[in-house]
Amino acid sequence: MAQLQDQGLLANPDASVTPEKVRDGIGLRINGEDFRHTGDPELPLLWYLRDVLRLTGTKYADAKGTGGADLVLVDGKAISAITLPMARLAGKSVVTVEGLAGPDGQLHPLQQAFIDEDAIGCGYCTPGWLIAGVDLLRRKPHPSDADIDSLPNLCRCGCQTRVRKAIQRAAKGGQA
Amino acid sequence: MIRLSRRRFLRVLAGATGALVVGIPRLDAADAPIPAGWLGDQLYGLGAYVRVDADGSVLIGARDPETGTGAATALARIIADEMDADWSSVKVIALGPDTTQVDGKTRFVYGHQLGGTGTSVPSAWNDLRPAGALARWLLLQAAARQLGVPADQLRCEAGHVISGDGRRLGYGQLAAAAARIDPPKAPVPLKTPDRFTLIGKGAGDADARAVVTGQARFGIDHVSDDALVAVLAHCPWPDGSLDRIDTAKALAIKGVQKILRLAPEKDQPLGTTPRCVAVAVVAESTWAALRGRAALELKWKPGASAGESTAAIEQQAQTQLAGDGVPALRMRNDGDVDAASKKAARRIEATYVQPWLAHATAEPMNCFARIDKDRAELVVPTQAPQQALAVVQRLTGLSPAQITIRVPRVGGGYGRRLDHDYVAEAVMLGKMLDKPVRLLWTREDDLAHDFYRSGSVHAMQAIIGRRRQLLAWNHRFATAPALAGRGVPDDRLGIAEANPGHLPAGLVPNFRLDWYALKATTPRGPMRGMPDTAQAFAVESFIDEIAHVMRENPLDTRLRVIGEPRQLPLPGGGALDTGRLANVLKLAAERIDWPTWLHTVNGLGIAAWYMDGAYVAHAMEASMQGEQLTIERAVCVADIGRAINPIGLEGQLAGATLDALGQALNQAITVRDGQVQQRDWSAYGLAGMAQLPNAVEVVVIADNDRPPAGASFLAMPTAAPALANAVFRATAVRVRRLPLMKELLRLL
Repeated sequence: MAQLQDQGLLANPDASVTPEKVRDGIGLRINGEDFRHTGDPELPLLWYLRDVLRLTGTKYADAKGTGGADLVLVDGKAISAITLPMARLAGKSVVTVEGLAGPDGQLHPLQQAFIDEDAIGCGYCTPGWLIAGVDLLRRKPHPSDADIDSLPNLCRCGCQTRVRKAIQRAAKGGQA
Repeated sequence: MIRLSRRRFLRVLAGATGALVVGIPRLDAADAPIPAGWLGDQLYGLGAYVRVDADGSVLIGARDPETGTGAATALARIIADEMDADWSSVKVIALGPDTTQVDGKTRFVYGHQLGGTGTSVPSAWNDLRPAGALARWLLLQAAARQLGVPADQLRCEAGHVISGDGRRLGYGQLAAAAARIDPPKAPVPLKTPDRFTLIGKGAGDADARAVVTGQARFGIDHVSDDALVAVLAHCPWPDGSLDRIDTAKALAIKGVQKILRLAPEKDQPLGTTPRCVAVAVVAESTWAALRGRAALELKWKPGASAGESTAAIEQQAQTQLAGDGVPALRMRNDGDVDAASKKAARRIEATYVQPWLAHATAEPMNCFARIDKDRAELVVPTQAPQQALAVVQRLTGLSPAQITIRVPRVGGGYGRRLDHDYVAEAVMLGKMLDKPVRLLWTREDDLAHDFYRSGSVHAMQAIIGRRRQLLAWNHRFATAPALAGRGVPDDRLGIAEANPGHLPAGLVPNFRLDWYALKATTPRGPMRGMPDTAQAFAVESFIDEIAHVMRENPLDTRLRVIGEPRQLPLPGGGALDTGRLANVLKLAAERIDWPTWLHTVNGLGIAAWYMDGAYVAHAMEASMQGEQLTIERAVCVADIGRAINPIGLEGQLAGATLDALGQALNQAITVRDGQVQQRDWSAYGLAGMAQLPNAVEVVVIADNDRPPAGASFLAMPTAAPALANAVFRATAVRVRRLPLMKELLRLL
């Protein structure tokens, strides 16, 4: 801006107005709230969520996100949070499992379906399944078995059959 | 120092004034715990599990860890039913290993505290119902005084006491008065089963809402403002050592504070001390710790185990079983197998090989530890809180009263968290640091530094008589014992390797079960469903092979071997009911349309087992197209006595079925050069949704005349052999080596 002024391309601003400094860091929206990360731009989103914001619903899977416990929605698409450096999130909107329910506490239909189908074992991988399921239902409101098979999630407690039923229930508007 | 949030402070005041506390020291598991005594003496006088607040909300303590088995829900419902609580107002709270002093001796307050061992519900059935009955009795007495009506003219229903003339008092209204009543000297009578309102009716996980909203706090989620994060680099060899280390690059990373060393204590049993030498990177954040670990320059020195491989251990087993060597333990010897062998019309033999397995819990090992000079506070995801306390006690020298252990919801156990090597690591680090520490294992650590299920080789021999009868059964198997290195004398090492009453013991006149010991350094430990899972795969595959050789329907062969309904005494007490065993088998067969067994294009397979007072059968339908195996249908039938929570029970049976199928299909840990080769879940072969059946049809035989048996591992043993038997019918290929897919594709 200074350069433009020097070149006479911009009129001198009103002396009473102090121009706002360009803000440092990476601005992003998480569960509807705006955040600005000013630390290491290489910090993976997972640790930003868990260590900085203490949104611990998104779980650690492994360094590559195998099994999907660390899935989050970025602009609506399910992505492994550990593979996403903060630098790639400027201006993005992130939704974590904590952000799936409405502000009034109304559960997302898939969350309700997980409860109704008792699709919960130890519960560690559940947030990842929910994020992947929400993403799937957005792309395919009536997913086939093969569509559900394509989810990247892994579960050690053996909840897969009940997760399948939960996704199908949510697709049918909550009916079993 | 006692730190209290404002909310907690209010709650504690309420506890002192307006609440019936049947003794829960932890009011809110999410807050820092406070000493139990702070709540006043009324705490212990009234029992240990129930608290009713003035607003009518009921807190029930679950003493066994919730590791995904539904134990917390089932235990709370047993208590809630007995006290006629309104389930919708119940909040379930996890209890730690709290202790009290009785005559100068430290005693655990809660009795049984184990998760994922199949013992939670049976123990609760034995001794938790009185806790609910006591709360109900106290509330009734309070109501009797308030209404001026004798207690025996009042009844309780869904959180209310109701008088004959229809007056109702909520539990919340009665709580304060009830808390001041002395409990009776004699035990309070329990409900008769016809009056159960929750037991026998299904409920989802009590914490389901917290889980689906991401609010459930696992150990790995524990946050503390001043805590440092420790990430470890473990030595790749259990008996290796650190040769060289250069910490300069790691320490240069912003946020990395210290590099510390850990080593196992020489004289301590496995599972109570670090598993191997390790270097800890201690940092202000997880990310800094992980980067620090990546920047460490380490050279490890291998120990004697550096030459170890699972292939060589298997060879050891094959050699032992092929020779005439004496078994390390003759576990059972009925009749005379050798004499019967001389009368053989036919001799059938087969050898089954099963791989090493890891627990691969979803939540990797982690532990929070704040170790001060005179007190310790920990958050431990464990299956065995009391054993965890013992480790902390030993390493800190503190008394149990100075140690507070919170047990959060646990992201899977399967036996891994019966060991506390990671707790020892966290305590050691906590002692070296002047701040609390959050220890986090990476996934790689977790898979490569487990206490594994040993691989096994089973040499089976059946002697068939001239009248086609099963004359003798000779089962010889070799494993590296799970109890090695755990302070168990050598001549007792075999006892955990098989259950000497396992099938078909008692059904065949001449029966022998011999165990051969393998030498291995790769550490072993307990595993969900073991030792039955490995034994059942060999036994239930072999019965199918016998049927095939005899040109019989394998269901008929099994039913003939099982014979008439009768009670077979089991070693160590109890009896196996052959009628119940035959029944689960028949029901599973019916469900899978067994009469089509020979004619369907898909293969049908079946298997049954007895385990710890319960009976289970699986039936599978499998099809093969090219290299694609599809499990078309899976049926699980269980006869488990009384079902406390049928929804939870169904979940456990379906879950274990899928766990066992996943294991059997792909999973194997291999060791080469003394190192575990699988470092992530893909390499280990966890089954994705596409490989597993779309549904598991669960049939539970409700038998309310019998006490509940454990459910968490009941469906483990028979899923794999039922699948292998179905695969044989579908492909004519008999898989005698797991994991199944690899072997099937090799043989096809």
